[in-house]
Amino acid sequence: MMSDRSYPYCLEARKIRSEFFRLLPISLFVVAFGAAFGLAATQKGLAPLETILMSAAVFAGASQFAALELWGNEISLLPLVAVVFAINSRHLLMGASLYPMLRDVAPGKRYGLLLLLTDANWAVSAQEYQSGRRNLEVIVGGGLALWLAWIVGTWLGAYFGGLLSDPKSLGLDMVLGCFLLAMALGGNKSPRVLVAWTVAGAASLAAWKWLPPNTHVVTGALAGGMVGFFWTDRQSTTSSGETTS
Amino acid sequence: MNLSTADSGVLLVIAIMTLVTLTTRFGGVFAMSFVRISPRIESFINTMASSVLIAIIVPMAFSGDAGAVAALSVTAVTMLVVRKPLPAIAAGIAAAGLVRYFLL
Repeated sequence: MMSDRSYPYCLEARKIRSEFFRLLPISLFVVAFGAAFGLAATQKGLAPLETILMSAAVFAGASQFAALELWGNEISLLPLVAVVFAINSRHLLMGASLYPMLRDVAPGKRYGLLLLLTDANWAVSAQEYQSGRRNLEVIVGGGLALWLAWIVGTWLGAYFGGLLSDPKSLGLDMVLGCFLLAMALGGNKSPRVLVAWTVAGAASLAAWKWLPPNTHVVTGALAGGMVGFFWTDRQSTTSSGETTS
Repeated sequence: MNLSTADSGVLLVIAIMTLVTLTTRFGGVFAMSFVRISPRIESFINTMASSVLIAIIVPMAFSGDAGAVAALSVTAVTMLVVRKPLPAIAAGIAAAGLVRYFLL
């Protein structure tokens, strides 16, 4: 379809390495959650190797914990697919939001780097894009740090039990929430964005209260996006005019 | 339809979860490759991107305990004052720990 176009975005190996180290501190917290998952999974009867394989292949913590809730001698297929899809459907929007950068990356690499897409590295990339910087290296480098941390944590939890008896008492359950909030507040805060946030917050709360479970993120995000759809920012209109081919 | 979790059944469960998750990782980007990025669409996806974060955080604050609320408010204030993520996150986590230790 677009075979005649070129792919000007070249991922820099050096920047990938520095983004790996940049997300290493938050990855240490991911180890603690990986350990919690490893412990919970083995308690449900998964073998340690199966647990580690799940973390390596699925790499989406909230949906893995949710799958454990369904675990028994048998699992019904439809609820499993529905729950995993609902919780991870935020990836659809996260990926779409990176598309203006990703379309400049050759398809092989584009879908390759999406294997490592998760909340924390996406939040960094999306925030930098709002400030006019293109950073897909953090998806690769940062994603690798987060992925390895998730596997190492799962491995520790599966073989040695939870690292901390009660990570919640230390506030560690809030690490990702605080990280995402810091990313949101570090980005562009125009009146348009503040209105979008208000709409997104209200819609996500309403969805959380009244819609089926795990639909609040997508509902809130799409509601916030509609504000941008109807209220376009003149500045971004001119800058995107140059890059649209 | 039920899947057994004995022996190789687990591998099938993991494969299905992986496939579903991959669909979500690839799907949004794949769908966007059919959309012409007009300024309006660009504005939509940019506003949506920062709304994703809010839509994760707000229900988290409302469903969480006092520690969760403390963590998020302290992170927000610190971030707005010092404009550096690491101190803001550290302050938020410390606030959750302290509130849970003393109040809960």
